[in-house]
Amino acid sequence: MNFQLNVWRQANAKSKGKFATYEARNIAPDTSFLEMLDIVNDELTERSEAPIAFDSDCREGICGACALTINGQAHGPKHPAAACQLYMRSFDDGKTITVEPFRAKPFPLVRDLVIDRSALDRIVQAGGFIAARAGSAPEANSIPVPKHNADLAIEAAACIGCGACAAACPNASAMLFTAAKVSHLAFLPQGAPERTLRVTKMVRQMDAEGFGNCTNTYECEAVCPAEISASFIAKLNREYARAVLQRSVGE
Amino acid sequence: MTNFPGFYRSSIGKKMIVALTGVILMLFVIGHLLGNLQIFLGPRWVNDYAQHLRDLGPLLWAVRITLLIAVFLHIYFTVSLALDNRRARPQGYEKRNYIKASYASRHMVVSGLVVLAFVVFHLLHFTGRKFNARFPMLKNDPLNHYDVYSMMVYGFQNVYVSAFYIIGLFLLTLHLTHGTSSFFQSLGLNDKKLTPQLAFGARVFAWLLFIGYTAIPVAVLLGLIHPAQQL
Amino acid sequence: MIGKLEGKVPPGPLEQKWRNHKNNSRLVSPNNRRKFEIIVVGSGLAGGSAAATLGELGYRVKCFCYQDSPRRAHSIAAQGGINAAKNYQNDGDSVFRLFYDTIKGGDFRSREANVYRLAEVSNLIIDQCTEQGVPFAREYGGLLANRSFGGAQVSRTFYARGQTGQQLLLGAYQALCRQIALGTVKMFPQTEMLDLVLVDGHAKGVITRNLCTGQIQAFAGDAVVLATGGYGNVFFLSTNARGCNVTATYRAYKRGALFGNPCFTQIHPTCIPVTGHHQSKLTLMSESLRNDGRVWVPKRTEDCAKPPNEIPDADRDYYLERKYPSFGNLAPRDIASRAAKEVCDEGRGVGPGGRGVYLDFADAISRLNEDTIRERYGNLFDIYQKITAEDAYKTPMRIYPAVHYTMGGLWVDYNLMSNIPGLHVIGEANFSDHGANRLGASALMQGLADGYFVLPYTLPNYLAGQIGKRPSTDHEEFKLVESEVRARVKKLLEVNGERTLTSFHRELGLLLWDKCGMARNATGLREALEKIPDLRDEFWKKVRVPGEGESYNQSLERAGRIADFLEFAELMCIDALERDESCGGHFREEHQTPDGEAQRDDENFAAVFAWEFQGNGKVERPKLHREPLHFEAVHLTQRSYK
Repeated sequence: MNFQLNVWRQANAKSKGKFATYEARNIAPDTSFLEMLDIVNDELTERSEAPIAFDSDCREGICGACALTINGQAHGPKHPAAACQLYMRSFDDGKTITVEPFRAKPFPLVRDLVIDRSALDRIVQAGGFIAARAGSAPEANSIPVPKHNADLAIEAAACIGCGACAAACPNASAMLFTAAKVSHLAFLPQGAPERTLRVTKMVRQMDAEGFGNCTNTYECEAVCPAEISASFIAKLNREYARAVLQRSVGE
Repeated sequence: MTNFPGFYRSSIGKKMIVALTGVILMLFVIGHLLGNLQIFLGPRWVNDYAQHLRDLGPLLWAVRITLLIAVFLHIYFTVSLALDNRRARPQGYEKRNYIKASYASRHMVVSGLVVLAFVVFHLLHFTGRKFNARFPMLKNDPLNHYDVYSMMVYGFQNVYVSAFYIIGLFLLTLHLTHGTSSFFQSLGLNDKKLTPQLAFGARVFAWLLFIGYTAIPVAVLLGLIHPAQQL
Repeated sequence: MIGKLEGKVPPGPLEQKWRNHKNNSRLVSPNNRRKFEIIVVGSGLAGGSAAATLGELGYRVKCFCYQDSPRRAHSIAAQGGINAAKNYQNDGDSVFRLFYDTIKGGDFRSREANVYRLAEVSNLIIDQCTEQGVPFAREYGGLLANRSFGGAQVSRTFYARGQTGQQLLLGAYQALCRQIALGTVKMFPQTEMLDLVLVDGHAKGVITRNLCTGQIQAFAGDAVVLATGGYGNVFFLSTNARGCNVTATYRAYKRGALFGNPCFTQIHPTCIPVTGHHQSKLTLMSESLRNDGRVWVPKRTEDCAKPPNEIPDADRDYYLERKYPSFGNLAPRDIASRAAKEVCDEGRGVGPGGRGVYLDFADAISRLNEDTIRERYGNLFDIYQKITAEDAYKTPMRIYPAVHYTMGGLWVDYNLMSNIPGLHVIGEANFSDHGANRLGASALMQGLADGYFVLPYTLPNYLAGQIGKRPSTDHEEFKLVESEVRARVKKLLEVNGERTLTSFHRELGLLLWDKCGMARNATGLREALEKIPDLRDEFWKKVRVPGEGESYNQSLERAGRIADFLEFAELMCIDALERDESCGGHFREEHQTPDGEAQRDDENFAAVFAWEFQGNGKVERPKLHREPLHFEAVHLTQRSYK
């Protein structure tokens, strides 16, 4: 198969970026999208041009490193899947493919298609944890968790932290990411003591990072490789309202 | 830590205010329609109903002020959210291909502002009794109530006015197809199972409103309803 | 000079060793802990849990990872589960049984006391992770669920759907995030360790490169902890993440740390086969599939090209069931992998290149119906479909073994400290607990055991004597090592030849897979040992690394890693040649039982091979140190899964 690539190139955060066009020739349909970029990069290297920088690591859809907007969709046209799980057989031969980074103000560009997503780490640092000192945990089966809650918790916990939700959101909102972590811990009894503080701090950090606001378009859940449901955002809203009430009304 | 000021400055707090004020406005839209539909029952019903509202006196003003505040807050916070959102993506995408985000959901500010313009016109038109030479000529009905019925019919006999009403109502409908299910989400009143049902329900609800409201000008234009008094 | 290798296994009966050791270990008082800077390299299960726990204890920790977030470490990709001797199933499990299964699964090539300690702390890990909010699978009664895994006769594996590694890593990551927010841990993402700094023979710092800015920087600490994972990527194609590398451990080796059992690599039997030249990595399909899938190839080579459903049952060879009637399709990983290689070598492999065998669910689907299979393995079937565009409900999966885990690693004593004082090595990066073959669901257990419950107790043994001995980065050793690192980066960029990095990496990988993969023999290993130095020479003459050093340069990152693989590969082959026996994943064709199983030589090889760097190349061979393995509690037997 042959493709024409329209790729965003930008040397660093300060320089001005632009699109560049490359040919990808003789690509086997079983080649993954990232492997296709590898091939193009090897050709660029041979021609003494700078290879296209893009992030990837596990290449099996779980680490969340890959972050490409392909033909106007975060992670490309096949959902649910991360960009690394996208194969060239999903594209029509001879077509032009536009590749852009995930775009949001809190994701500053590092180079070409690589962005800095440390904003997401800072949201977790603000409260996305349960304080449990190693050595002080009670026996694991001493607190039963209803299966229904445990199942909901893992559905939310499946988030791979790729940031596609914010990239796809018309408002660049990271609400789905934050909602997933808040919900995961709110569904478990172990998360109860810090429940109020957690949601308050995480939402405050999310806002401070400069993400946009949720307008319930649900574009996030459509592109989420971990199939996190936007109903967790409703859960986040509920948790937040509850926290505000508790903190303003008191006991 | 988070007290009320923190709440209305937070992203979630703002959208909850938008949702709550939206609910108030939506309830008004429902009530208003039920009142107006009485036009099909004859002049007596509508004119009585209108008089009844006026007789509420201070209560009516309380409702009007509540609505006014709701409108103000609804718009103020929506615009504030929209400005945040614009700032959140300074560099846009070259190519954009939405999957789930509907046209309505992406154009709430625009549809909302057009609706606002429409509402202003509507208030001047029927509450302020402007834009129609016949309105001042209307006499009270036999029970000495203002003849709202005839005013509506004369108002809608103008094709341009009716067309504007229908466009305004269409945008209101668009606004509500998203807004009605959206407030459940914003207030955290749904879950995974309920969301698609609410979305469907919201569309049905919005289009029912559209049909209900547009039925009046359409009926007038088709000549199915005549003024109670000839001028 | 390194004298006799001391494992420092505490005295006393096996089950009391760890307790006695903890009782006799030195402590660092809370007000002194904040005087210590601990450098932790790597943020996976081992590094993340260690950094968080040490931070919680009050040490000042600096944690480095090459990924853009500690949450992306490759521990995240583990699917199956984590073992613990909780005996929640009431099926007769115990600490001793977990210990025994692990040491037997490792073909008796691990240190008894370390493995016993691992089994002992396994239960604490489950408690700790549950309290952190790891959403383990549960029964309807709300209690924790278990499933069974290869190599054990009890159900002791805890799991979170097919994402156990992810959930455990997020637990550790969240604990780490909390410490970062509290200021006890300073995180350095996108920062790669390029060398180790020794001051007066003690590990006192690292030289790193910031991958975003290219800045090379020295960091000093009171102790260095390496938690940098395995070196499976030396094979080019493996199930490891693209960035996984040997650089940190190999650099430490070049500074004097001993490398233990480098030839012990695990080949996982159920991976999606290679489809073509373009492929950059392989994907694992969880071992749990073998619970319901039947493995077969055609009996006749001429049937191999036929669609599988046109081959009648009589013409299929269910070779695992034929060879290992009692374990059948659930034979341990090394055995199942070799069996697949054998049938493919006979020309009976299926799919592109003839390197694949069928894993067939047709029987299970007709026995249990499709929905049950979907419920059990749906996500795996989805992964398979995404990669191959084939529907495994309709046609059998094709699988083939692939490199998955490396049991070898830097040599450590019972305190998890290498022969270099102050240099501690945890998780997959050390050689310690899995011997010659790792059982399923044990890697997660080891990483977290080391980080949460072992290192925090053993590290003070070293630190207690080190108050105030942290050098400044102005020390001449730092300057020296830093200049060496800079020179190497410069050299890589200056070659400017005509061959791509990928071409070197691929050539090395194919060579190793061929000569030092699932089966090895002396001739092949010697051949590899001839070729690797040549390839390395060619690399330094002909490689092209575009871009510059002072910016984000992915080619440069890869170049440094491949350069180290090119040296390390030689060490692997030397070790594989020296270990003139078969054991676990190390199968020397010269040493097999009459029916083709691994034949151990306990008399001569019941020992850890720890290699000391002397220089690369044909002349300066690394020096071998042997740590004899003593078995007091277990009796060495021939593994049999027939």
